[in-house]
Amino acid sequence: MSTVYNLKREVEKPVRLTGGHRLCAGCGAGVVVAGVLRALDQEDRAVVVNATSCLEVSTFMYPYTAYTDSYIHLAFENAAAACSGVEAAYNALKRRSKVEGTVKFITFAGDGGTYDIGFQSLSGAMERGHDMVYVCYDNEAYMNTGIQRSSSTPLFARTTTTPIGSAGQGKKQNKKDLTEILVAHNIPYVAQTAPLGNFKDLHTKSYKAIYTEGPCFLNVLSPCPRGWDYPMAMLAEITKLAVDTCVWPLYEVEEGVWRLSYIPKKKLPVEDFLRPQGRFSHMFKKGNEWMLEAAQQYVDQKWERLLQHTGA
Amino acid sequence: MISAKDINERTPWQDLTPGGEIYEPGTARFFDTGTWRTNTPVFHAEACKHCMLCVPFCPDSAIPVKDGKRLDFDYMHCKGCGICENVCPFPAITMVSGGAIK
Amino acid sequence: MSKPLSGNEAVAYAMKQINPDVMGAFPITPSTEIPEYFAQYVADGEVNTEYVTVESEHSSMSVCIAAQAAGARSVSATSSCGLALMYELLYVAASCRLPITLACVNRALSGPININADHSDSMGARDSGWIQIYAENNQEAYDNFIMAMPIGEAPGVRLPVMTCMDGFITSHAVENIELLETDAVRKFIGEYNPDNYLLKKENPLAVGPYDVSPYYMEHKMLQAEAMKAAKVRILEVAAAFENISGRHYSLFEEYRMEDAQLALVLIGSSAGTAKAAVDKLREDGVKAGLIKIRIFRPFPGEELARALAGTRAVAVMDKSEGFSANGGPLFAETRSALYDLKERPYLINIVYGLGGRDIKVGDIEKVFDRLMDITVTGEIGPVYSHIGQRSKEDIV
Repeated sequence: MSTVYNLKREVEKPVRLTGGHRLCAGCGAGVVVAGVLRALDQEDRAVVVNATSCLEVSTFMYPYTAYTDSYIHLAFENAAAACSGVEAAYNALKRRSKVEGTVKFITFAGDGGTYDIGFQSLSGAMERGHDMVYVCYDNEAYMNTGIQRSSSTPLFARTTTTPIGSAGQGKKQNKKDLTEILVAHNIPYVAQTAPLGNFKDLHTKSYKAIYTEGPCFLNVLSPCPRGWDYPMAMLAEITKLAVDTCVWPLYEVEEGVWRLSYIPKKKLPVEDFLRPQGRFSHMFKKGNEWMLEAAQQYVDQKWERLLQHTGA
Repeated sequence: MISAKDINERTPWQDLTPGGEIYEPGTARFFDTGTWRTNTPVFHAEACKHCMLCVPFCPDSAIPVKDGKRLDFDYMHCKGCGICENVCPFPAITMVSGGAIK
Repeated sequence: MSKPLSGNEAVAYAMKQINPDVMGAFPITPSTEIPEYFAQYVADGEVNTEYVTVESEHSSMSVCIAAQAAGARSVSATSSCGLALMYELLYVAASCRLPITLACVNRALSGPININADHSDSMGARDSGWIQIYAENNQEAYDNFIMAMPIGEAPGVRLPVMTCMDGFITSHAVENIELLETDAVRKFIGEYNPDNYLLKKENPLAVGPYDVSPYYMEHKMLQAEAMKAAKVRILEVAAAFENISGRHYSLFEEYRMEDAQLALVLIGSSAGTAKAAVDKLREDGVKAGLIKIRIFRPFPGEELARALAGTRAVAVMDKSEGFSANGGPLFAETRSALYDLKERPYLINIVYGLGGRDIKVGDIEKVFDRLMDITVTGEIGPVYSHIGQRSKEDIV
């Protein structure tokens, strides 16, 4: 990629995630995956490794693969281990001159297959130092099985395993900070990004992750109209609100150096992000103001810490 | 090499690919998801400035680009989600009711 | 070339000679030495293998499957709970039709946790679609591992292969074995050149789809046919192996079965003990014989029926329980194989050796005594029983 991001140049490249897949209309995962793959240089091949997820069942339903690159899916909890295997094979075969050209190894998994059941194999792969990118498309719940909570689900969010009732107010715990856990693995590059605006943030971070040698990790917010319960056309607005309320800060850590990618001109109250989503509607009932306060407090604490880390 | 075009739900087992492998890129293109639409985007080419902001927001890669210009929607794959109408800074996309192409 | 090697070292040495592209390495008793020996070969620069020290056996099998799909020869070794942890992926490996080779050093499944030899681990995986080959001793462990790849990689087969040997008994005991020259091994296994692989430049490969119901059963038919085809291929490879080694292998070994009236069917190292018992009985004029199953998957039902057709009483000895309440897995398969015989021998099941419980020549003689009694009295007694346990009751 030449030095400056140019949307027009990037969208002219041949598509690597084709239409015809079975993701829901308006699915954030489709946007995110197409966006990450767009960062590959045109002449490079990729092997896409995918955990069982909405993405997997929708993008490779026999005999339809939506990928123009090679693709492999094995199970739910081992995408990172599978990617390690492909990368190891590449190294061995390259030494024997049995494989040509540059091949990049890109893993996609949802928050389920990353934060929870996939956590062990992710940590192992990152620790071993394989030359690969792991992309978590974070839609904040186990969506493929019908919206069950994951450790990525935000506090108070309604899911089918954290429903609202007289004895339950949604998820009991705050969202696990996986990005920070990955930073602690001391890998060359970790970034948090989202499908925003002209995609400069998502694209440049994807490019960096793909073309930096060693294990790299991207955590990408991936709004889900079904699970988050918002009108499907609002993907861009919801993402912008996530970023402008500092619920989902955009930042990167490159060789241990923290950099904030975006500071909102006006930091919006967390309510602005919560209000359009049905999964948070109970927080706006009379008497539940304490929930909004708790949510705001958590966001502010995390934001302050991030400002300290990044020296902003 | 067995081609995805030759595979459907009536194919006998001897003619399927071992292990469910597929040997061609992007065979999903053969599958029509345009039938899913309950709303349909209309492209107003005269108002379009080809800023390309809609293109990456389409989950279905249904806005083709050629020679620096976006083309009309790929109605075989557009699911009518309406994200593009919301991100377009110009009056170049409007969603109309119904699944049919207007 | 003859060398004194333990079973683990012999398998590791075979791996070295094969020089696989990728190894998924994770320790578990009693297979740990295999990745250990191999690690030294890696450290000494004697192999080209990408040695991936994974963080669990599940990841070990993931690495192997993905690497094999990418076009690389992949191997691993495990036992017991390690194999059990791979369980979900064993099915994936077979259904993806990828010829991974796994050395399974048989050890009892937990619980209670036990580190000694029985066949519950590999028997638990018998429906996974893997080819399963069992060794009696260190020589067979070495030979089987070398034969595995030409079997699994054959285009009409394309199935993963598990070569099994008894934990500690075979894996750790040292025996003098005949090794092939490395050149001979490399020539025998040839190159792995799949038609399609993830790293292929000319066309991409997509592996591991979501199959809706209209497709799943057809894919399983293809897999079932491949397992049937494996039987022929196993014999072809054994014949080719005999050419280079002088050692004969088949689907099972028939020991003094030509005119046997009383026979045992069993798997693994206990065959050594049982052969000694057979020899003793033969000296006393008893027409005793033994069938040692080498290939458990695909199960050689037809051939076994033919081999047992002339006998009068057979004891199938299972070194795993299975908890069917009807007898162990080898018994179930054998009984099923004999069903269509016009004249069937008396058939009993003895479960033995669980959790490494020893079995002695004297115990085997007792089993033959019982078979003799059955032929004399015509009374079978309990069809399914155990031997070697402490009990308040007399053991039949």
